[in-house]
Amino acid sequence: MNTTPFSLAMCALLALAVVMALAIGAVPVSLDQLGLWTLQWWPGSAIELPRHVQIVLSDIRMPRLLMGMLIGASLAMAGAAIQGLFRNPLADPGLIGVSSGAALAALAVIVLGNTLLAGWMTSFGFLALPLAAFGGALAVTWIIYWIAKRTPGGGQITTLILAGVAITAFAGAVSGILTFLANDAALRSFTFWSMGSLASVTWRDLAVSAPWIVVSLIAFPLLAPALNVLLMGESVCEHLGIDPHRIRRLVFVFTALAVGAGVSVAGMIGFVGLVVPHLVRLSIGPDHRALIPLSGIVGAALLVWADILARLVVAPAELPIGIITALIGGPFFLYLLLRQNDGALNHE
Amino acid sequence: MINARQLTWRVGKRTLVDGIDLQLQPGELLAVLGANGAGKSSLLKILSGQWPLQDGAIELDGHPLSEFSRAELAKVRAVMPQSSPLHFPFRAWEVVALGRTPYGRKRKAVEKHLALERLRLTGTEHLAERSFPTLSGGEMQRVHLARVLHQLLSSTAEHRYLFLDECTSSLDPAHQHQVFQLVQQLTAQKIGVLAIVHDINLAAQYADRVLLMKAGRPLVVGPVQDCLTPANVAEAFALRTHQLAHPEADWPLLVAQREPVERLSPATH
Repeated sequence: MNTTPFSLAMCALLALAVVMALAIGAVPVSLDQLGLWTLQWWPGSAIELPRHVQIVLSDIRMPRLLMGMLIGASLAMAGAAIQGLFRNPLADPGLIGVSSGAALAALAVIVLGNTLLAGWMTSFGFLALPLAAFGGALAVTWIIYWIAKRTPGGGQITTLILAGVAITAFAGAVSGILTFLANDAALRSFTFWSMGSLASVTWRDLAVSAPWIVVSLIAFPLLAPALNVLLMGESVCEHLGIDPHRIRRLVFVFTALAVGAGVSVAGMIGFVGLVVPHLVRLSIGPDHRALIPLSGIVGAALLVWADILARLVVAPAELPIGIITALIGGPFFLYLLLRQNDGALNHE
Repeated sequence: MINARQLTWRVGKRTLVDGIDLQLQPGELLAVLGANGAGKSSLLKILSGQWPLQDGAIELDGHPLSEFSRAELAKVRAVMPQSSPLHFPFRAWEVVALGRTPYGRKRKAVEKHLALERLRLTGTEHLAERSFPTLSGGEMQRVHLARVLHQLLSSTAEHRYLFLDECTSSLDPAHQHQVFQLVQQLTAQKIGVLAIVHDINLAAQYADRVLLMKAGRPLVVGPVQDCLTPANVAEAFALRTHQLAHPEADWPLLVAQREPVERLSPATH
């Protein structure tokens, strides 16, 4: 498929998701009201909306929508970059355990923040949680990379995924130990971290985590030309004047940044980083210069749509969004495994 | 000119390259021959700057190689490795377009137009829209060669260098000769080419000079007629050959001697 029609279609999908995410919910908002709400910032306008509509849109749905878009875009871009780096379309920050590392670190801060990690809390204040999640994500990324270098075959994807399974299980076990130390509030957080949710996102969460995510959203597209070259191997990359080790370090850091910041606000949201780049690659080919930005757009759209579903399916209650993405992603991953045998990599 | 003196490279206790002196002039084709494991590829990796210098010195146009950054090197020399795995479904022309990476991005139509010109050079323009992983081994090699040429020919540097590591290993005889005729056109444009070659007669026909290596050391270096003799070949490859006269040219022609067939015997314990 051509890049331009695909991009337009995906932008339309995202725009529709944005409108739906603002309009749908326990307090129904009509399209008229939505239009008025948008226009009220027009200089000199004197628009009056019902107070509850104003609050629902500005303080609840808007931060939630923005956070969903940022997390979806950054997870999908990180997935595209990681797949390029490992030269394997089945890699994903979640599958190789990066998200669980971030979630474990975040949980440790929540549970032990008043006792063992009190020093950490006082040193970093409101940044303690995102920094810990970032550290956890980075630690797992390095472990995975170290394993990839030490095993024969230079980190075949089966090795990496098995290592990810082991790391996820280990992180889950340590999380389990932490829950024994936890009080009720922390236990609820534990459930929240392991399944992911955008339900309680506030402007403050957004202010703390968005800058980190935005940095990674700017960085990944800049790495695209280097990732293209890296697909031909590290020596070709060097012959073309690019340091492959530097690119690898950068991809790791920005993946950890994106995943860590996302997890610290919304918990573990799986499969976005796997499914989205794969779909986009099937449609427009493997050129990272188009793949990475478009993955960002599709990732944002997918997560906002998943969030809409999460709010609708069991209304007035809400499903954790991680359940929705896993419901879509799990079968899709199996489909990819089956298709690998007959050349799933070809986009023709 | 590339001027290398006393190149030596060790890994642990093994010495892969041992005291090699070598000059590569712009406009000449230097063929490097030697048995498997003689250190040819290692030499190429040191000369192209992929491996850092351990012992010895390399000068590129009068400046130490270490003074060049990766990006600067990419604009004066190109390297065609033995194999470069690419499993993602780039089209052939997109692979070639990646050769221009050191020079930044252009509009897609322009990039494609330039890439098609290079594909034409290696006789692969009909493969332009094919998905790279579906090509045959020989087709992949010719597309990669077009990519490497794209990198080199996009440069405006006065002196340029090309390193070829067995770039014809998967090609049929006609394409092998086609590639080396192309290399001759390049040398006419003041490009210095160092090619690792396995086929003695291919080297004899096209090379200006030959470096014959054995166990990391230079066995002999010089003009084709002086180097590619049955005595030197026997020393380098442990292969006995006859030298014949080419019916219409003056380069040596070497054919393997007939050896008695030994009966295969079951392994004795």
